Amino acid sequence: MRFGVVQFPGSNCDYDTFHALKQVLKQDTVMLWHKEHDLKGVDCVVLPGGFSYGDYLRSGAIARFSPLMKEVKAFARKGGLVLGICNGFQVLLELGLLPGAMLRNKNLKFLCQHVHIRVENARTPFTGAAGEGRVLRIPIAHFDGNYYAPPKTLAEIEKRRQVVFRYSDAAGNVTEAANVNGSLNNIAGLMNKGGNVLGLMPHPERASEALLGSEDGRVLFESLIRGFGSRRSRGAKSRPKKARHD
Amino acid sequence: MRVRILVSFKDSVLDPQGQAVKNALHTMGYGAVKDVRQGKTFELELDRLTKKDAEALVAEVAHKVLANPIIEKYTWEYIKTPRGK
Repeated sequence: MRFGVVQFPGSNCDYDTFHALKQVLKQDTVMLWHKEHDLKGVDCVVLPGGFSYGDYLRSGAIARFSPLMKEVKAFARKGGLVLGICNGFQVLLELGLLPGAMLRNKNLKFLCQHVHIRVENARTPFTGAAGEGRVLRIPIAHFDGNYYAPPKTLAEIEKRRQVVFRYSDAAGNVTEAANVNGSLNNIAGLMNKGGNVLGLMPHPERASEALLGSEDGRVLFESLIRGFGSRRSRGAKSRPKKARHD
Repeated sequence: MRVRILVSFKDSVLDPQGQAVKNALHTMGYGAVKDVRQGKTFELELDRLTKKDAEALVAEVAHKVLANPIIEKYTWEYIKTPRGK
């Protein structure tokens, strides 16, 4: 499976993500520069963490106007797999590929710590290998991760089961105490209606090797790779069929 | 011509920074301050445009870029251009 990691000025998890995909998971992985128009035939676009454009204006607000993002948007509209991690999630929200917006963390602190997230929906290309209800221990590192959506949008998201991860305690209880940044409904990760675009605040690439203290994040990438392999063995095209967009 | 655009959170959205400022003011004894909402200011220098075109441009720029309409609202006004410009 071919992955593309997008680089914006200010991305700082690009090489961590590249390492996890290329060295740890042994996948064909390329870097994609934000000023280009070529997605280089990748099967999955990954928007990595960092501070694209210094978080000026709003997190992710300027990166969305990069030339490459036009291609990413078109790719997603056709059902292509897109994964946004942390700042990548913020870019996807600003781009309108995912519903809602990010506010500053409720305690106004930059949070850099391990958290637990519970898999709320395992019937997605990103969590197929995880199993519903599984609790993952993955680090976060962000200032603006306090997820917000207007009440009507939030109700729709919940009804369509677009919430993929929620902040929980180690036992998987979704509590207020576990909701580190104040996100509505403890939302840590969210997908679009078509199920081909996922954004999450925790960093799976930083939890992909035992050396890093947790290997729980690897299951996201393994889900994508396994799903891709089974689609291919069924003789289907490498990309899912046209998805409804958000 | 010059315009000033003020972007702030919608009333329905919690503004944790504004809350922190309010709490600080209360701690300092300014109990008369009922609420604080924090926002951003942008000053745009524009080409000479008709009023109608200026209004359309400001609305578009504010909606598309300067504010995130999901969480923010904006107001704007014409301001004086500094001398020599």
